[in-house]
Amino acid sequence: MSVEHAAVEVHHKESFLTKYIFSTDHKTIARQYLITGIIWGVIGMILSWFMRLQLAYPNQPMPFLEKILGRWAEGGILKPEFYVALITMHGTIMVFFLLTAGLSGTFSNYLIPLQIGARDMAFPVLNMLSYWVFFAASVVMLISFFVQTGPAGAGWTMYPPLSAIKSAIPGADVGATLWLISMGLFIVSSLLGALNYITTTLNYRTKGMSMWRLPITVWGMFVTAILGLLSFPVLLAGAVMLIFDREFGTSFFVPGGLVVGGQPVPHEGGNPILWQHLFWFLGHPEVYIVLLPAVSLVGEILATNARKPLFAYKVSVGALIGIGALSMIVWGHHMYVSGMNPILGEVFVITTLAISFPTAILIFNYLVTIWRGNLRLTPGMLFALGFLGLFIPGALTGAFLATAPVDIQLHDTYFVVAHFHFTMATAAAFGMFAGVYHWFPKMFGRMMNDKLGKIHFWGTFIGVYLIFFPMFFQGIAGVPRRYYSFTEYNFTSQFVGLNKFITIAAFVAGATQLIFLFNFFWSMFKGPKADKNPWKANTLEWQTDSPPPHGNWGPELPVVYRGPYEYSVPGAEEDYIPQTVPIKVEAK
Amino acid sequence: MVQEVAFEQEKVLKSPWGGGKSPFGVSREKFTMWIFILSDAFTFAGLLAGYGFLRASLPEWPSRIEIFSAFPFVSAKLPLLFVSIMTFILICSSLTMALAVDAGKRMDRKGVIKYLLLTIGGGLLFLLCQAYEWGHLIHEGARLTSNPWGVPLFSASFFVITGFHGSHVLSGVIILTIMAIRVAKGIYDKRDSYEGVEVAGLYWHFVDLVWVFIFAFFYLL
Repeated sequence: MSVEHAAVEVHHKESFLTKYIFSTDHKTIARQYLITGIIWGVIGMILSWFMRLQLAYPNQPMPFLEKILGRWAEGGILKPEFYVALITMHGTIMVFFLLTAGLSGTFSNYLIPLQIGARDMAFPVLNMLSYWVFFAASVVMLISFFVQTGPAGAGWTMYPPLSAIKSAIPGADVGATLWLISMGLFIVSSLLGALNYITTTLNYRTKGMSMWRLPITVWGMFVTAILGLLSFPVLLAGAVMLIFDREFGTSFFVPGGLVVGGQPVPHEGGNPILWQHLFWFLGHPEVYIVLLPAVSLVGEILATNARKPLFAYKVSVGALIGIGALSMIVWGHHMYVSGMNPILGEVFVITTLAISFPTAILIFNYLVTIWRGNLRLTPGMLFALGFLGLFIPGALTGAFLATAPVDIQLHDTYFVVAHFHFTMATAAAFGMFAGVYHWFPKMFGRMMNDKLGKIHFWGTFIGVYLIFFPMFFQGIAGVPRRYYSFTEYNFTSQFVGLNKFITIAAFVAGATQLIFLFNFFWSMFKGPKADKNPWKANTLEWQTDSPPPHGNWGPELPVVYRGPYEYSVPGAEEDYIPQTVPIKVEAK
Repeated sequence: MVQEVAFEQEKVLKSPWGGGKSPFGVSREKFTMWIFILSDAFTFAGLLAGYGFLRASLPEWPSRIEIFSAFPFVSAKLPLLFVSIMTFILICSSLTMALAVDAGKRMDRKGVIKYLLLTIGGGLLFLLCQAYEWGHLIHEGARLTSNPWGVPLFSASFFVITGFHGSHVLSGVIILTIMAIRVAKGIYDKRDSYEGVEVAGLYWHFVDLVWVFIFAFFYLL
């Protein structure tokens, strides 16, 4: 069966519109995803600043807030209903728009065709549609900031009945409707993306690129795409039911006998736990949809910059697959205190603890990879090491939360906030930063500034620890998450000083990101020109021009002769052997 | 040692997974349709599992034998007969779809068009029956929020699940119509392959299969 591409003709003229806006080139689409993701990241971070200001200075008028936020901060004090909207939007934006679309959209699109030796995705037009549907989802989500009742405010998990009854809070009104529409579009976009990634990975590998010669990044993106393919549709089913509950008066998620604002609600018979099951059936794989691309980018960068083969490559791939498979059957650990049957809870404890085996295997493989390696501390490598430094404490605290008896104490406290910010939020963001620094020369044909990259790394790494590590203590002390103000009770108000400290750290770490933004956009136009292979890496994308031409490879597709991690092979002339180097057969 | 490595390369190139070809020997379109079907199956699984979850948590559920007992132009009660006929129509349309694919394999353009039109007819007939059934229930007082048989979630899940499936049937009819036009234009003769019809057929069979599950879980169980 022939698998020749639609994009075989390498040289053909393109207008500005088809080259930069409605492009079907996977490299351009990846850059579109990256820049959209960065914009969302900035928005999400600014939202977190508003929350941190409120937590550090509760009930203290800050007149400049009124100037920025208008009626959401009358008299300079943030309104509680806007605080919950901030939390919702910060979560939604960071999880879905930055770390799902921004991360996998960028690197799956960029790296899959390049690293498997293809000219483009299997369906370039579908790929373009995937980005533009995501763009539409972004626009809808952005519009929700400007409606009368404000953006969605029921948390990024949208738990009913709060999200199902429009009069419950302002954030359950139009904002929640827009949220659901936006997420519907997002699911379509992610489906189109996943179909493309899976088909491309399986059908478009170049000659000699067997599955066991794929770089670990491609494996990571491949497993991620399968997870997205199977878990997002279940959220779609839940979203359909939630839309019917909200707009047409059905009661899938709303139990009878509710009274909202003194008015009895006409719903009866529904079950809010059902939403939690449907949501977390997506929601937990989603955590790995965020994490796996990051972890696989990190593996690639660690091996390249340690000048050593990735330790136990096949076992690492197996661990990735194991994490992916197990992630589909652990969703109940989010629901230990939701009234789920305790026996079912016990099952979820076991599956959740089981997922730490493949995770630990993978991380230990990474540690052995850098063990006694010849580390080159490029900014990309620093962020990859930083990933390990954040993920390991995060994953260890996960074992506490996975265990139901401990979780009952820690559930919905700042311990959870600290845990997931370490594992899936900042660790995944570090994986993304590492990827951007590492592949920037290939993407834009120019090098990023090394020194600024290092400053950015240290500021961010230390900042992240100062922000989130204290939250473990707050959580153990029982401080609940998502609260607007902590002044009422002694056990929470004792942390006001610590909250101020965290807020200052958040501002400093946030300001450090300006260095990244400057470095990114400045280097895009003014950075020194990059070689084909600045990191002396083995994988295919480094064997073509920087940036690669349309069609990636010139007239002939590359042929692969070896695995991706032949670094420091004894007896070889150089400390790396690209995958395209043929094996010499010497007749003796 | 070196020769072993060279031998390894030969083995990789010969293997179906060695790159340069599809490991399953299928085109990108067909493979993608398969994984799309897998994804869509999870959407229906989510809906049906949600329905099952809710039904299990409720003390009672209306008797379907009494509710679905109407038949057009007949005043007698014929429990589940009408929906059984609907199911039969859809299964028959799967058969004609298979015959269309088979005719495509033999490059028999006229046969493909004939069976595609029969399949489209079956789909439209099914939709017509569904419209009758919906109309009948609405006439009896079933709404999304309430119904005369007690449990409001009964009619809500009925309309949402059969509606979601019906929209799939409608999309299928549209896709098959486009296919029929393309076949009539001779597009697949020029390509020397009727695979496009086969891919559309996969979707059609999937939609039919989902109906069997809905029939079993919603009407019978």
